[in-house]
Amino acid sequence: MPLEVPASCCAPGAAALAGKLEDAGLDRFVRDAGDGWARIDLLVPGIHCAGCIAGIEGGLTRLPGIIGARVNLGARRVAVTFDPAAMGPSGIVAGLADLGHTARPYDADAMAELERDGPGRDLLARLGVAGFAMMNVMLLSVAVWSGAEGATRDLMHWISGLIALPAIAFAGLPFYRSAAAALTAGRLNMDVPISVAIWLAAAVSLYETATGGAHAYFDAGISLVFFLLIGRYLDHRTRAQARSAAAELAGLAVTSATRIRGGQREAVAIEAVRPGDILAVAPGERLPADGIIRTGRSEIERSMVTGESLPETAGPGDAVHAGTLNLSGALEMTVTATGDGTLLAEIARLVEAAERGRGRIDAWADVAARHYAWSVHAMATLAFVGWYWWSDGDLYRAITIAAAVLIITCPCALGLAVPAVHAVTSGRLFRRGILLKDAGALERLAEADMVVFDKTGTLTLGHPALVDDGGATPADWALAAALAQASRHPYSRALAEAARSKGHQPTEIGTITEHPGDGLEAAGPVGPIRLGRPGWADRAQNIAGEAAPGTVVLTRPGAEPVAFRFADSLRKDAAETVAALRARGLDVLLLSGDAPGAVAEAAAAAGIDAFESSLRPSDKLTALEGLAGKGRRIAMVGDGINDAPALAAAHVSLSPASGADVSRAAADLVFTGEELGAVVEALDAARTARARAHQNVWMAGLYNVIAVPIALVGLVTPLIAALAMSSSSIVVTLNALRQPRSTNR
Amino acid sequence: MTVLGILIPASLALGAVGLVAFLWSLRAKQYEDLEGTAARILLDDRDPEC
Repeated sequence: MPLEVPASCCAPGAAALAGKLEDAGLDRFVRDAGDGWARIDLLVPGIHCAGCIAGIEGGLTRLPGIIGARVNLGARRVAVTFDPAAMGPSGIVAGLADLGHTARPYDADAMAELERDGPGRDLLARLGVAGFAMMNVMLLSVAVWSGAEGATRDLMHWISGLIALPAIAFAGLPFYRSAAAALTAGRLNMDVPISVAIWLAAAVSLYETATGGAHAYFDAGISLVFFLLIGRYLDHRTRAQARSAAAELAGLAVTSATRIRGGQREAVAIEAVRPGDILAVAPGERLPADGIIRTGRSEIERSMVTGESLPETAGPGDAVHAGTLNLSGALEMTVTATGDGTLLAEIARLVEAAERGRGRIDAWADVAARHYAWSVHAMATLAFVGWYWWSDGDLYRAITIAAAVLIITCPCALGLAVPAVHAVTSGRLFRRGILLKDAGALERLAEADMVVFDKTGTLTLGHPALVDDGGATPADWALAAALAQASRHPYSRALAEAARSKGHQPTEIGTITEHPGDGLEAAGPVGPIRLGRPGWADRAQNIAGEAAPGTVVLTRPGAEPVAFRFADSLRKDAAETVAALRARGLDVLLLSGDAPGAVAEAAAAAGIDAFESSLRPSDKLTALEGLAGKGRRIAMVGDGINDAPALAAAHVSLSPASGADVSRAAADLVFTGEELGAVVEALDAARTARARAHQNVWMAGLYNVIAVPIALVGLVTPLIAALAMSSSSIVVTLNALRQPRSTNR
Repeated sequence: MTVLGILIPASLALGAVGLVAFLWSLRAKQYEDLEGTAARILLDDRDPEC
């Protein structure tokens, strides 16, 4: 259905994902928007410019039943309000595809939660208060530093205290809460010395002010809170982005099934299906359960489940699995297993076991922070005891110096060093359509020394494309295109796509009938025109194509049959990506569930010399565990249900957005788009991030090496504390924001 | 130094205005899509072509 909308300049080559949606329970994507309208949020990774905003908002609102569309450019998200009576989510996704954009819906509940973003706004509000207080206190402090004395100085101190104390109490609350939680659990975290430092500084300053002393640390205390809150907010942003990646994952699984009971068809939730039930599965739907076919013939596409790239014909009596795709004919199946008994549940168990086996890999920043927290406490205690003894019991002096040590060592720079790098990197990846589900994955990706690819759907596109048109004439093309348009079979789609791109217009052909498992037929002027399986379409067997998989024949009376050959083609930049990974010192291995011939062919084309084929999901897992046992750190890239256990077991894992739900859920990073180059980009970004984080921590450390001795001998005035803290925080932040040296753009 | 009695409250009041404005803009969801807001300036009111 061509729509009258302006062509978009952005994101060419949108895949027709619309069909995929029809399989899913739609209600989980849609939420109530009031006034009887519904709302859906979609991830559209291709949005990147003002033109995209205009094109999408304008194009969508022109569709019938759509009330409004609002693009969020930063989040690559479109919120669409629509009239559920006149429009459905699949129509919206189709509309976006016509505008040239791939779209995936977000889970409605998760999205609503994300959008409220209570913690994020709370942190921003606290940040605002801390910033306001810091600037005013600093302003007042300038007067003190430049030599205000006596009553003026006391006045400045009192006003500073009046601003700083409530601000410290309010803005620092996240740290006090976290510190209290850690202490009650008998642990030490970074927030403990932070909280102690803040309150000790406040208490000492209050005492100083009340007794007319010279040194009040209100400015240092509040700027500590301010800089640490920046780090906390950046950390939150990174996590929120990761959660939005996870919210997108919740979709697309089959949630309902059509049950036949007493001759009546009824839609039931997948959980309500029991063994022995009879289900109807329409062409184009994914099978909701494991079972045996009762009636009907069709082709079953199992690439998501086994990695086999060619569909297989199935008829009455054949066993079929949940998650596979019914391609061409309507089926009725008797359910043999549901829930725990299915192949999918078996995979889920493998995934769970693999995740347990991987254990918790501590982010090195957390480890560093734990050691740091201990040494800070030790140093402050040392300063206190040392000065108490040295100054013959001058308690006030000892406390002041201990507080100064805590303030100086307080991990402003350290608290900013890593979150800033992670926030910048995950934002950069997000803009390139790579969703990071966990910031720790960046560190693990940077450590990887081997990349393991799956074949079908990962190295290849996962759907067939025309490789040989058998010398078809324009007239043949016109007929073939007309027939192919009528079917959802992957070969038909590929043929129709090829016809469009070659500029062949389909002819008028009349009624077309689809013979499941065989092909398409239309009544021509002198006899039937057929497009399908060679043994069916070409009765005379002129082409020895029955044996060659992936061949479709067009026949008509009085003309030579034409054979179209299809193959699952490699992603455009597969070979380039493999070469780029090698150049970066990583080994590349191919593990596939497909037949040896197809795997060898793909490996040769991609330039991979190490490969294994015909692997079951548990075999992939075993292979990966074997390599991990030899000390290899593996980055696994896979998309199918059969890859999920391996993805969960790998050191770090990536999955294309077109992958199965379970594998996208198991992967640490999900990349959108048709290009495999995202793997290299993610790797480069992770390595840059690791380098930056290390630099930042070293810089923060260096600052401590210089500043701590000064604090220990009791020479830190409020001015020095304020200067040292601000400058180290700013240096660290700027280093995180620096563009990587080798930018491609 | 009595001028401080005017200047300090004045500067605090100005700062507070800024703070209130920030908190208001936060509640009004103005920080939801910073990139988009910047890009929308470029759009015409009429339907644009790419």
